[in-house]
Amino acid sequence: MAKQQVVVIGGGLAGLAATMQLAESGVHVTLISMVPVKRSHSVCAQGGINSVNTLTRQQGDTEWKHLDDTVYGGDFLQHQPPVKEMCEWAPRIINLLDRIGVPFNRTPEGLRDQRRFGGTLYKRTAFAGATTGQQMLYALDEQVRRWEAEGMVEKLEYWEFLGPVLDGNGHCRGVVAQDMFSMEMRALRADAVVLATGGCGLVFGRSTNSLICTGGAAGRVYRAGAKYANGEFIQVHPTAIPGTDKLRLMSESARGEGGRVWVPRKPQDNRDPMSIPAAERYYFLEERYPAYGNLVPRDIATREIFDVCVTQDLSVEPGRMCVYLDVTELPGATQKKLDGILEIYEKFQGVDPRHTPMKIFPAVHYSMGGLWVDYERDGNSGGLNLGSPRNQHSNVPGLFVIGEADYQYHGGNRLGANSLLSCVFSGLIVAPTLENWLKSLPRGSAEDQSATLFDGAIDSHKQRMDQLINNQGDENPYKLHTELGDCMTRQVTVVRNNKDLRLAVETIEKIEQRYQHVHLSDRSNWTNQNFSFTRALGDMIVLARVIAKGALLRDECRGVHFKPEFAIPAPQADDPETLRAEARRWCEAFREKNEEWLKSTISRHTADGPDISYEPVDTGLINPRPRTYGLKGAEMIDEVWREMDKGNAAGAAVAESESKT
Amino acid sequence: MSKSFQVKVMRQEKPSSNKHWETFDITYENGMNMTTVLQRIAAAPVTTDHQTTTPVAFDACCLEEVCGACTMVINGRVRQACSALVDKLLDESAGVIELRPMTKFPVVRDLTVNRRAMFDTLKKVKAWVHVDGYHDVGPGPRVSPKQQDTAYPLSRCMTCGCCVEACPQFSDKTSFIGPAAISQAMLFNAHPTGSNDRDDRLAVLTSVGGIADCGNSQNCVKVCPKEIPLTDSIAQAGRDTTFYKLRQWFGR
Ligand SMILES: Cc1cc2nc3c(=O)[nH]c(=O)nc-3n(C[C@H](O)[C@H](O)[C@H](O)COP(=O)(O)OP(=O)(O)OC[C@H]3O[C@@H](n4cnc5c(N)ncnc54)[C@H](O)[C@@H]3O)c2cc1C
Ligand code: SF4
Ligand code: SF4
Ligand code: FES
Repeated sequence: MAKQQVVVIGGGLAGLAATMQLAESGVHVTLISMVPVKRSHSVCAQGGINSVNTLTRQQGDTEWKHLDDTVYGGDFLQHQPPVKEMCEWAPRIINLLDRIGVPFNRTPEGLRDQRRFGGTLYKRTAFAGATTGQQMLYALDEQVRRWEAEGMVEKLEYWEFLGPVLDGNGHCRGVVAQDMFSMEMRALRADAVVLATGGCGLVFGRSTNSLICTGGAAGRVYRAGAKYANGEFIQVHPTAIPGTDKLRLMSESARGEGGRVWVPRKPQDNRDPMSIPAAERYYFLEERYPAYGNLVPRDIATREIFDVCVTQDLSVEPGRMCVYLDVTELPGATQKKLDGILEIYEKFQGVDPRHTPMKIFPAVHYSMGGLWVDYERDGNSGGLNLGSPRNQHSNVPGLFVIGEADYQYHGGNRLGANSLLSCVFSGLIVAPTLENWLKSLPRGSAEDQSATLFDGAIDSHKQRMDQLINNQGDENPYKLHTELGDCMTRQVTVVRNNKDLRLAVETIEKIEQRYQHVHLSDRSNWTNQNFSFTRALGDMIVLARVIAKGALLRDECRGVHFKPEFAIPAPQADDPETLRAEARRWCEAFREKNEEWLKSTISRHTADGPDISYEPVDTGLINPRPRTYGLKGAEMIDEVWREMDKGNAAGAAVAESESKT
Repeated sequence: MSKSFQVKVMRQEKPSSNKHWETFDITYENGMNMTTVLQRIAAAPVTTDHQTTTPVAFDACCLEEVCGACTMVINGRVRQACSALVDKLLDESAGVIELRPMTKFPVVRDLTVNRRAMFDTLKKVKAWVHVDGYHDVGPGPRVSPKQQDTAYPLSRCMTCGCCVEACPQFSDKTSFIGPAAISQAMLFNAHPTGSNDRDDRLAVLTSVGGIADCGNSQNCVKVCPKEIPLTDSIAQAGRDTTFYKLRQWFGR
């Protein structure tokens, strides 16, 4: 039998986890990454990683509750078996990370310390200082370096993935990649290709993501026929520091410790903020949500800040949208607790937030959507059938997807500290899947394919490169990218409406046409970053269409997808009788909405743009229920829903028996 | 009229090309950092004397000083471009900011250098914790907060290269592994499981290119953006290698 080859693309947490696990299983891996893997975007994660742990267990926490929080937070849009499996693996994953040297914070006794994150009542989050993602990435990078030293892994760093090589049956036989220094192109044969290329924040111009998070790789396999799912679900973090190049995350703890959000009542009042008297300040969260004040949940904070700046034009600065996040009034001891995050602000803004209010604005943060992948449910456990070649398998045979690039784990909204978990989990479980896939390759191995298949693939990429490099036109790729980002940020992020979305779809189509006339300022054949960026811009435009069209078609509110035109009107009555009747109507509307919209958006590439269809979601373990946080009559709705839902109690029964084990 | 300033960039098309300077006029923006400046140049690559040129090649990824990619020599000091703020740089040198690539690594193009040698040293010192396997065998060793407090700072090294750029003993002509690798060796030697490979690491540190090459000038520690106590690691390595050699002489 010919030697079998696996190519992993991307060395973030997901790609590295897959690589080390494969190497341990005796499978040789070629690992391709645009940047030295140690510099992957995963380094940016600060907060931590979730799992049930000894402490939370004593407070009644279980894996089942972690599953419940995750699917409830995700508004029930994710298939439940993979999530169940992930939550069960979480404690083991933290143990593994602990063993390979991640310096998690410790209790005085030397045990791992945990903190609480949004969307749960338990302290599930393990963390390593303020750089958990960096510490985890380094530990995995070190493991992979060991396998590299042992000859089990070959790294191609500063290599860019250009596209899959598909045979006549649409079966993935390898990849074409390009050396980003010499611009040499190579086709690598592979019996399995694992895509671990992360998110696509750059589609929105600036975001909290790293510079290479263009979604370029995902766009390339999507164009080649892979399905893209739930693209419209893009998480926006309420508080980021608007920078000229990036929107850097400002942790929620600033508000948690008493930070207040405000804007001057006079639009673009250019006085020193400290000199603006209280009466001329608009503390809009406190005024609009007297009960929660500045601590409204993430999505509400995001929407309100957006509304104040976009709809009411009350942004602090004229050219750049932002509001004040003010910790100047906090006592020194409280400010001290926030030192870590205040220093980031100071470092990048050159302004001390202890004396001057910070300027912040919501920023695109995470893509719940991604490439569609399959899974096989285990009939007994309700989790995954591990090792099944269907797990993490895209619709293109031989092409697997893991990490932020897949759509599998977070549904309509991701909980904080669940992403690092899903990245490592999907990376680890793809290894047994691949082992079994390699054992029973349908239609022979990549070695048996004719050379012309691979030569042809290289030729077509070379042609495309020549075409782009020599393109005649007057469109500047960087300016086009800024326009794309502006359009996406204004019309396709926080508050969505069909009029604007239609406009966005048209604008993106126009940008796509203008892209045909893009002009490169660098036509050289050596380390041409201008070319690499412009090529990725083409993919960003394709993904932008997927995201915008998915958002346009989805006429409901779910998770982060907020379309007020289709929101179910909240009960208004004060008298209990009427309130109950209204709650009942609300619940009926909710049920109808789920019947219509509880489904994954599936996008396929065509020459005329994305072709959208829908697939049902497996909610067999936990019945969907309303998210009523902040609604008037929330308790009544919950009560009525429980009554209505009794008829459908199968899931609940499983839930109960599970939560006792 | 909008404020502007100049950026002088050392350019080099290819490893074999000559170095030359180009100067750009940049329109000032509030809160601008050097990665933004380079992006503005990319969008409009025209020099001060109205020559159209190519975008400046540079490395950058995280844009928040955690990935180490964007290291370069700015106004004569090695640092990260993403955390180098224009306001502060203009205070250092009014009107013009100067960008050069690091000198201790081969230039690929413009400000992009190849730091592969640094990653290779990590392989040399076995900068990893060798575990039995990735199967489930429970939690890792207990670690006191004090141990964690020592390990965590060392573990933040982003292989950015500032320290070796500043180190008089490190170059692509010598075999000195440099302060970052020494510090990583100490990090893993201090880990309860990592210490199983302790002697292998000390053997590397006592051989050619090891700790003896350090001239103790302490330049490294001054430029590390993560404030890693490199000289403490070097001192520790000095002590540990001394004992290691003694043990070797006396047959353990
Ligand atoms: C500021 C910030 C803070 C966060 N904090 C948290 C947190 O506290 N907890 C949490 O759970 N999650 C957090 N997240 C989310 C989490 O960090 C990411 O979702 C996760 O790190 C993604 O990992 P990944 O392995 O999928 O991809 P990445 O780490 O993005 O890696 C992608 C890899 O693919 C490579 N690549 C990409 N394109 C190509 C190509 N065309 N060719 C070759 N290689 C390519 C890259 O070089 C890289 O190696 C945070 C995110 C951000 C932005
Ligand atoms: S102390 Fe040693 S490693 Fe550090 S700069 Fe001086 S010679 Fe180099
Ligand atoms: S020790 Fe400091 S300066 Fe040296 S590579 Fe690491 S982070 Fe950079
Ligand atoms: S871009 Fe990562 S350190 Fe500057």
